[in-house]
Amino acid sequence: MTVKVLAIDDSRTIRSLVQKVMEDAGFDCICAEDGVDGIARFAEVAPDVVITDINMPNMDGYGVISSIRGGEINQSVPILVLTTESADHLKARARAAGATGWIVKPFDDETIVSVVRRVTGAAG
Amino acid sequence: MAPQSSIRDTFFEECEDLLEALAEGLAAMADGARDTDTVNAVFRAVHSVKGGAGAFALTDLVAFAHRFETVLDGVRSGTLDLTPEVMHTMQRSADHLADLVEAARNEDVLPPDVSDAFLANLDQCLGAEPESLDMGDTPFDFAVIPLEFGDDPAPKEPAGHVIRFRPLQQLYANGHDPALLIAAVHALGPCEVALDLSALPDWDGPDALTPGLGWTLRLAGRESETALQEIFEFVEGLCELDISPLEDAPVPADPLPSVAAPPPPAPGPEAPSPAASAAQKPDLAAGAEAGEARGPKPTLRVDLDRVDRLINSVGELIINQAMIAQRLQDMALAPDDDVSLHVEDYRLLARDIQEAVMAIRAQPVKPLFQRMSRILREAAEATGKSARLVTFGENTEVDKTVIERLADPLTHMIRNAVDHGLEGPDARRAAGKDGTGTIRLGAAHRSGSVIITIRDDGAGLNRPRILDIARRKGLVAPDADLADAEIDGLLFLPGFSTASAVSNLSGRGVGLDVVRNAVTALGGRISIASVPGQGTEFTISLPLTLAVMDGMVVSVAGQTMVVPITSILETIRPAPGDLHRVGTDDSLLSIRGRFIPTVDVARSLGFTDPSARADFPLLLLVEGENQSQCALVVDAVHDQRQVVIKGLDSNYGQVPGVSAATVLGDGQIALILDPDAIAAHRAGPAATAAPRPSLFHADVHHGQH
Repeated sequence: MTVKVLAIDDSRTIRSLVQKVMEDAGFDCICAEDGVDGIARFAEVAPDVVITDINMPNMDGYGVISSIRGGEINQSVPILVLTTESADHLKARARAAGATGWIVKPFDDETIVSVVRRVTGAAG
Repeated sequence: MAPQSSIRDTFFEECEDLLEALAEGLAAMADGARDTDTVNAVFRAVHSVKGGAGAFALTDLVAFAHRFETVLDGVRSGTLDLTPEVMHTMQRSADHLADLVEAARNEDVLPPDVSDAFLANLDQCLGAEPESLDMGDTPFDFAVIPLEFGDDPAPKEPAGHVIRFRPLQQLYANGHDPALLIAAVHALGPCEVALDLSALPDWDGPDALTPGLGWTLRLAGRESETALQEIFEFVEGLCELDISPLEDAPVPADPLPSVAAPPPPAPGPEAPSPAASAAQKPDLAAGAEAGEARGPKPTLRVDLDRVDRLINSVGELIINQAMIAQRLQDMALAPDDDVSLHVEDYRLLARDIQEAVMAIRAQPVKPLFQRMSRILREAAEATGKSARLVTFGENTEVDKTVIERLADPLTHMIRNAVDHGLEGPDARRAAGKDGTGTIRLGAAHRSGSVIITIRDDGAGLNRPRILDIARRKGLVAPDADLADAEIDGLLFLPGFSTASAVSNLSGRGVGLDVVRNAVTALGGRISIASVPGQGTEFTISLPLTLAVMDGMVVSVAGQTMVVPITSILETIRPAPGDLHRVGTDDSLLSIRGRFIPTVDVARSLGFTDPSARADFPLLLLVEGENQSQCALVVDAVHDQRQVVIKGLDSNYGQVPGVSAATVLGDGQIALILDPDAIAAHRAGPAATAAPRPSLFHADVHHGQH
């Protein structure tokens, strides 16, 4: 079964990049423009993994994580945080909110794919 | 990483939006806005530029954006005071960020010392804040997932590893699956897995739901510890984990088959999560509510060529409609004939389509205005003056091309307003004004035109000095007695530039004559008004679109021509006594107690055949620059209609007195006159370059074949 990825990022550039890399890897990728949009999409598409930016308008990445984790459906979906910060306190905060892992921008194609595979168990 | 060039384009397009948001946010902050939304939006703009730039390995941009972001973060978190100096540095940094983006787009590199200077300014804002160093670890190198796990264990590879691993509840809650981790370890090499049940809770006790499963994995092979660390990177702290080298290398004879199907984690991931996350429920509710309220308008990005093709087709449609209407008229059908009514519907529909298509090309002037605030800052800095820009009507929409071609003239006028319009702070205070000058830049729609005004609250035009300069440069006769408006108009003459005297801004090599030419080329007009001690106002009036206009079809010397409706005040058939001859060729029209000069269009365009002259000519009263009026002499006025503008520039070059051509309903080609240029031609020797009558004449014949 094809892995369904939900990519949430307010940057059009990053969304396009993630989508392209995911699709090249044979995954389905659905995009959302901010946290609120992301949560709406989450309910619609039931993704196998969520990749979310932290710093976004309307609802930030932490909000996305706690909404999903505290939600009614699919609460334990792997959630990867996409962030330019690699500072440990930010990772710690994301993890405290319930993030499964993180990807530091700028990412390279293989890394992001391998991280997605790692948390979803998708065959490589 | 080789992102497609289309994504690169996306990045730069996005950067435009981000830089716009940045400028807007900073402007709001400069005006005193301190709310989180504004500050966050500013932070996010820089942050997103950095994020995208990183993906394209634009190191200069990333480095600068990062430092900028650090300052913004300080402001956001309140550790950095938003002093005027910091505000100023941020605005200048935003300008520099825009330069860096532009340079990256052109695959250009800015001189490093420029960036260094800006970086130094930002550092100065940060003072001795240690955070700048703290944050500086990653963005400059492009290592991917940083693996901060100490030294490279390469020198002494162990024969294998023993991994003791016991998930805590939080591990499951965060969406991890121990089976996947075990499988990942197994993928590294032969691996033996033992389930450790020693920590299972008492099933009957209060901790029954506490996860208690653990595993011990013995991985053989010379895999580096780093690879293992990477697998467990995300679960560090979410489990009891111990990785130690396997000293005595008991490589299992054959990999254990049981590993292929790792044991299921006892408490399923779902089990602990409700308990773990009960406290977070309100967030979801908040999210769902916000979900109802959201909804940016969906937009579509379209290749400009496609829009232009559409506009061109619509232009042809309008011509086609006009031709059909003309044919019907020639056929003398009854006005209530079905065909006539349908054609009228067709005309209305065509007009609707045309307006809708034009709207696609229309853009708000806001980004253009925002760029001007930068120009203002730079000009103020260069001249040592203090100035602020106040804009209004930013959402006024204008044709994209008009906006693009307006950028240079507007830039010049803003510089001009700072350089020449505003006084220095001391002089201002001495005159009882605020030391900081205000320049108001506004846009508005007015009767089919777009009006752009640039007003400063400076000293006003120094008319004696302007007149003096004009005399010295031989632009006016030494004894000429000019009205105020005429003196102001001298500023637009080629060769008039007071700039040389004043400052280093004048080195840009543009005079107001160039501004006027640019505006005229857009089919617009520029005028000036000034009150001594109170300031100067320039008004630019532009057509809404460059593609069509409403025109009056007239005859001149046997030729059919079109005069833009917007410049015609009224049409007059003068009584014999209303025209007063002056000198040999000129005459004045007497109207309502005023005398207005007349211009013979045929003569000024070089049609020398007087036999074509009707005995009782018609006059079109037109208003030119500076509200000066004159009356154009034409032979006949036919009708008023919408015409599609076809540029002449690319085919013939510019023809004085003619702005463009059009195709009329009967397929005839007609020239569109430029009343201002024709009126200016009359105005005297100083005003215009010599027309080229012979060339023009040839063109007309060419056009009519």
